[in-house]
Amino acid sequence: MSSNTQIQSETHTHQEHPVSLYLKIWLLLFVLSGLSYMVDYMHLEGLLRWSLILLFMFLKAGLIISIFMHMMWERMALICAILLPPLCLGVFISIMAIESKYTFFSRLIFFSHN
Amino acid sequence: MQINQAMDNSNGIKGLVADWSSDQETFRVSWGKAMMWIFLLSDTFVFSCFLIAYMVVRISTVEPWPNASEVFALEIGGQHMPLILIAIMTFVLITSSGTMAMAVNYGYRKDKVKAGVLMLVTAFLGLSFVGMQAFEWTKLISEGVRPWANPFGAEQFGAVFFMITGFHGLHVSIGVIYLATVAIKILKGHYDHHGSYEIVEISGLYWHFVDLVWVFIFAFFYLW
Repeated sequence: MSSNTQIQSETHTHQEHPVSLYLKIWLLLFVLSGLSYMVDYMHLEGLLRWSLILLFMFLKAGLIISIFMHMMWERMALICAILLPPLCLGVFISIMAIESKYTFFSRLIFFSHN
Repeated sequence: MQINQAMDNSNGIKGLVADWSSDQETFRVSWGKAMMWIFLLSDTFVFSCFLIAYMVVRISTVEPWPNASEVFALEIGGQHMPLILIAIMTFVLITSSGTMAMAVNYGYRKDKVKAGVLMLVTAFLGLSFVGMQAFEWTKLISEGVRPWANPFGAEQFGAVFFMITGFHGLHVSIGVIYLATVAIKILKGHYDHHGSYEIVEISGLYWHFVDLVWVFIFAFFYLW
């Protein structure tokens, strides 16, 4: 290992953030969890229900990844290598959603004939 | 950079070895941290496969899907609380993520006592999470929920429930062992000669990931 990269990695591992930052994010995660629980508690239904569930979910996930896992302060090479591959899942989810809707309708047709 | 100097232009086996062993780096972090991130990426795909499988069986079933809000309700002091245990488990896990983040912070400051103690607190919170999950499993099993059948509706519910929460619970249990081991080693001073407590950050990444997966399970399986 060259001394050059050692110096670089040392400057990168020295990440001292104030404790108050973690406490704020912690509190925010608590509030967001409380809000997602309230979605169920208030018996919200339909579009409002699932859009709120997704909103709170993505906000929580974003806070955990960027602040708690320090992704915000990593180099672009690492951020791209970790965060871009999961985007393929969008394609996977869409294909499987189409496929399972097809299965559902064929089941409806098949079961109604019996 | 020295990358070009280390390149060996010979071909064949020698070239293969030279290409894979030469001093090339993409990620300017320690190998331990890079490998933890890559492991977590692979684990993301494993959990995604489970959640997508859940989506498939839930969309394609012609039976009504059990109402998770009622299935996981508890009677506390004569009061009917929907989904209350899951909410408590969520708060416990988020609290443990908070204590872990603080442990990582003290790890950077090389305050090994605070880092180690906070990690032990995190492991304890993880253990209580697993305990509550065991309680939840026991309750559902006694109500007749099985991987192949349940009294509430679509049969696939049981299979999805045991598979997804079981795999997540396994991750939490492994995390508890991992954190406790690292915490004890830190407190005993095993890492003192390194001059760095990066291991706290690496094990922290794993723990935050476990919390992250729970965020998705909570949204899709329990709330949806």
